[in-house]
Amino acid sequence: MLVEQIAVFLENKSGRLAEITAVLAENNINIRALSVADTADFGILRLIVDKVEEAKTVLKENGFTVGKTTVIAVEVADKTGGLANVLKCIHNANINVEYMYAFVNKTGENAVLIFRFEKMEEAITALKKDGFTILTREQICEL
Amino acid sequence: MYWQKEEECLPRADLAQLQLLRLKNTLKRVATNVPFYRNKFNELHLDPERITSLDGLRDYPFTLKQDLRDNYPYGLFAVPLRDVVRVHSSSGTTGMATVVGYSKNDIITWSDLVARILCAAGVTPDDVIQIAFGYGLFTGGFGLHYGAERLGASVIPISAGNTKRQIQIMQDFKTTALVCTPSYALKMADVMMDMGVNPNGLSLRYGLFGAEPWSEAMRLEINERLGIRATDNYGLSEVMGPGVAGECQECNGLHVNEDHFLIEVLHPETLEEVAPGEVGELVITTLTKEAFPVIRYRTRDLTRLLPDPCPCGRTSVRMSRMMGRSDDMLIIKGVNVFPTQIESVLFEIEGTEPHYRLIVERENNEDKMTVMVEVVESIFFDEMKKQRALVETIKKRLASELGISVQIKLVEERSLERFNGKGTRVIDKRQL
Repeated sequence: MLVEQIAVFLENKSGRLAEITAVLAENNINIRALSVADTADFGILRLIVDKVEEAKTVLKENGFTVGKTTVIAVEVADKTGGLANVLKCIHNANINVEYMYAFVNKTGENAVLIFRFEKMEEAITALKKDGFTILTREQICEL
Repeated sequence: MYWQKEEECLPRADLAQLQLLRLKNTLKRVATNVPFYRNKFNELHLDPERITSLDGLRDYPFTLKQDLRDNYPYGLFAVPLRDVVRVHSSSGTTGMATVVGYSKNDIITWSDLVARILCAAGVTPDDVIQIAFGYGLFTGGFGLHYGAERLGASVIPISAGNTKRQIQIMQDFKTTALVCTPSYALKMADVMMDMGVNPNGLSLRYGLFGAEPWSEAMRLEINERLGIRATDNYGLSEVMGPGVAGECQECNGLHVNEDHFLIEVLHPETLEEVAPGEVGELVITTLTKEAFPVIRYRTRDLTRLLPDPCPCGRTSVRMSRMMGRSDDMLIIKGVNVFPTQIESVLFEIEGTEPHYRLIVERENNEDKMTVMVEVVESIFFDEMKKQRALVETIKKRLASELGISVQIKLVEERSLERFNGKGTRVIDKRQL
């Protein structure tokens, strides 16, 4: 149920994001979703890719600091209130969101919400109980 | 103006006699009362009784800062603790403190030597002297305080900090002499401008500056902006504190109080004496200290001797202002900082050999230190909250270790240049 995500430390200097994407492209790694969190000094890039271990290895080889964490991917219909429903469920279960990002699949019917919760296991239980669809990484990559 | 004219203007031959007598006494006393010295002398078969010239001191071993740390707190005291009336400690560095003690006589000597320096700089009993050095374990505040009282000047023991209040008091109390670090004097000039205070309207005439390295350019700037005559003075707690040496109004080098301190200027690597006038490390032997004598203490400060006689009439040798360090110690806001302290804090947090760089700058006449830290996996988080918390943790730990605040900048792994062996991790951009 948990999806592996890689995170990369970024110094705020021009061209770093371009370098990362170039390294991934050269190694035939496909990015399915990404987000960047930034401060004035540094940023954290989070990626969901089709080949996690490979991505981690090639980025490390190219001098980047790479971490691996798990996130939860929730699929909702791309309609008004889709995200609100998920957050309501999480709020009722008294769980905090550490961060989230989202993308829409190719057909445009469904949206995929990527979450990192404070309490991951409890979040899965709560989401399942309310009947939300939780995706695996393979499912995301097939979208 | 002299404070102790006879001593300060002693003919060189008489001075050498006096030094030899006092050196012999000091060596005998430490051999009797301090096991550390006794053991070292015994190992080298040195008998203080047999010393017949000042050159004989060259056979004696050096004393290092590490020796002071190893004997923390009272191991190197040469008198029983009941005869110690004051204790001071080296600035800032909590983890690596060194302790020094003073007997009643030491305090009197210290006060006289500081009074000499004040006199040489132009201060008289009619002056109102504002001491903006920190009061506490640091020797600067109390050292100058006792000396100024001994001289008979009116002392304002304001201590360090609160610049606006310093300037207010300077105006209201009609301060004529200021004691602080040279960078703080420039900061005061800046704040005066902000407050709309015209320095020419103040009573200030003299400034005695020390406790950090500075330059002739800074002196000229201070003189011009504060409308004063700035002089340099030198001391270190391990030897006594302020009062070791100070400039006269010729403003051309610091007169060493040679009747109380025997100095050598040595090549920092060969430890051979350098030719007169060449730069070397200052090594000091105390000649009259009772509670805490030191033999051939390596100060790590670089200077050179100015052997020509000074027009002021003092016969003591002069040395140039400190030109740097022979080790990697940094003086930031008057506090001693060693890169190894930063290294050990980072090591604790990261759990691995840290890669870091120290950048020291002077902004608006205040020292600022930035530590660039490479983000390795053990300190990298995908959550911004945690990443920022790490920055705060490093900041807090360093502040408590060093006693000064630092900026932290996280940088990518392997982005800092690697050095083999002795490479410097410090970039000091301060233009003194």
